[in-house]
Amino acid sequence: MIAGLAGGGRGTAARRRPLPKAQLEKVGIGVTGACVVLVIVLVATLIVMVCGQGLATFTVDGVDPWAFLTGTVWNPHASAADGQPLMGALPMIFGSFAVTLLSCAIALPVALCLAIFMVELAPEIGRTYFQPVVELLVGIPSVVYGLVGLEVVVTWTRSWAGGTGYGIFSASIVLAVMILPTITSLTVDALAAVPDAWRNGSYALGCTKWQTIRSVVVRSAIPGILTALVLGMARAFGEALAVQMVIGNAAQIPASLFELAATLTSILTLGIGNEASGTVYANALWSLALVLLVMSLAFILIVHLIGKKEEVTDG
Amino acid sequence: MVEVRERVQDRPTQAAPCDVAIEGKPHAEPLSKDPIALSSKPSMFERYGKGPEADVPKPLEGTPVDVPVDFQGLEDLARASRRALVSDKMARIAIEIVAGLVVIMLAALIAKIVIDGWDKLLDWNFLTGKPEQFKEGGGIGPELFNSFYLLVLTLLVSLPLSLGGAIFLSEYAPANALTALAKTAIETLSSLPSMIVGLFGFLFLVLQMGWGFSIMSGAIALTMFNIPILVRVISQALEAVPQGQRDAALALGLTRWEATIHVLIPAAMPAIVTGVVLSAGRVFGEAAALIYTAGQSAPALDFTSLDLASPACPWNVWRPAETLAVHIWKINSEGVVPDLSAISNGTAAVLLVCVLAFNLLARVVGRALERRITAS
Repeated sequence: MIAGLAGGGRGTAARRRPLPKAQLEKVGIGVTGACVVLVIVLVATLIVMVCGQGLATFTVDGVDPWAFLTGTVWNPHASAADGQPLMGALPMIFGSFAVTLLSCAIALPVALCLAIFMVELAPEIGRTYFQPVVELLVGIPSVVYGLVGLEVVVTWTRSWAGGTGYGIFSASIVLAVMILPTITSLTVDALAAVPDAWRNGSYALGCTKWQTIRSVVVRSAIPGILTALVLGMARAFGEALAVQMVIGNAAQIPASLFELAATLTSILTLGIGNEASGTVYANALWSLALVLLVMSLAFILIVHLIGKKEEVTDG
Repeated sequence: MVEVRERVQDRPTQAAPCDVAIEGKPHAEPLSKDPIALSSKPSMFERYGKGPEADVPKPLEGTPVDVPVDFQGLEDLARASRRALVSDKMARIAIEIVAGLVVIMLAALIAKIVIDGWDKLLDWNFLTGKPEQFKEGGGIGPELFNSFYLLVLTLLVSLPLSLGGAIFLSEYAPANALTALAKTAIETLSSLPSMIVGLFGFLFLVLQMGWGFSIMSGAIALTMFNIPILVRVISQALEAVPQGQRDAALALGLTRWEATIHVLIPAAMPAIVTGVVLSAGRVFGEAAALIYTAGQSAPALDFTSLDLASPACPWNVWRPAETLAVHIWKINSEGVVPDLSAISNGTAAVLLVCVLAFNLLARVVGRALERRITAS
């Protein structure tokens, strides 16, 4: 069985006796270790470079970080009365959080129902039909979601809400569909990890299936479900093209869910290639990227904290 | 383990507490399996629960009736258990409806994309022609080629790197700072938005290294996007190999390295191949990481050219290369192509069919490899 697949060069290697065992082991750990080190260096470079570029707004252009985060006017080409460039990132930060929270609020209940169906109600159907469906949803490219959002969701929203149809509402619907598979598959893992003995204990107490699901399975899987939710939020927060296609890209804090808005990613997508590097506008865009990076790292940190807390309570 | 699970699943969802105690003999007929039917006919608690003035049938011979019975409590219990059964039924129906709706939605989504792009999908001129900016009838030939070329290059770089990383993390993983750091780095990379990876590629590869908008920049950016996915699937595949195989190989005097190369990797091959092909589908559709690395222009390709420095040479890795996914985004955000909707629907259909093909291929190849390994 093994010889067929990997035994090609083994005969000659054995005859030549190239390396003593200890040295061979060192080669192995060296080669694989080098791969790991390369990945670490890449990630570190990424974080350092994006941070460095993003901080230029504050160090080189002298913009007050607080004013950047709380200002509501985004027009870095122009200057305010006091000579400071007009770069308030609040509309984009608000837009990013709004679409993230709204899409999670839509996706979480649906994902929970799907996961319960797949794990508790119909494991057979879940494994054979729903697993591939969820994998397929993950595989559909985000621009395709954006395109369908543009043609279906925006048109539909326009038909009953008036206006252009672009805005936070449409973006949230599109995002909800996009993060549904992420949340679902992680919730499935969380529910499946609940020991069967707990279910049987609940049944033995005379609980119905639904009572068991509600108060034993889901309740004990809450840390896992929270992790799923946070990773879904991270995906929604960082999604660029699909959101950019349906949100309208106006850097303003919208008065309603149906007005044009913008997210960090949508403004970045549109702007970053058009500005010569080193200009005030380019630096401001990189500062938006920095905010995006910091938020993504914060999501990872939250997932870590949930995991650690779970370990503590389990131990 | 499985048997226990089966038994739990088969268990009727009945909550009928203490149906034995009152009549003093075991229940003669089995309780109805249908909770609704159970609640519609008067239960024994209702018949007995009305107190002495109600029409109570005569106690059976020899039944201990002198024991004081808490009729109110029993009735409450009965009501609670009926309610539990009804809510069990309702919750089950609600969840099944939601699950069904999601499947219908996905089917509608795929059907819509394929039907809208059907004409273009079968149009050879569209699949091989060159894109037009201001005229109707543009094709996606270069984009289609670029997508596959970028995918192959990305896999060439990311596969060895991820394989090494996964072997390190699942087979060696010495308990030191390097392992911890590597795990954190890969986890971080996996949750970073692809937009950030693209921006880093723009900053580092396109500007700093001076590679410009090129296939090379795109392939490296996609590699960063792909590494965490690949490391995860390969680690899972390696960890799924039974511990016995590992122990046996080591007991025969193989080093960990030899055991991994000659025993574990071949045994994990079906799962690795499935995972790699699935990840290829995701790389194929990625756009955000490519807009500012591989660029948004697709120079016409001359497949007879072998001059690796010419921008028309398809194999030149230093030329800008727009992919299918980027093409959809670009023509929609520019909005100048007259047949915008037809072109983008057609491209989306091609993209989707490719991703579906990858999913199918992953399953078929994985299963075939599995059969070959277990049969011989």
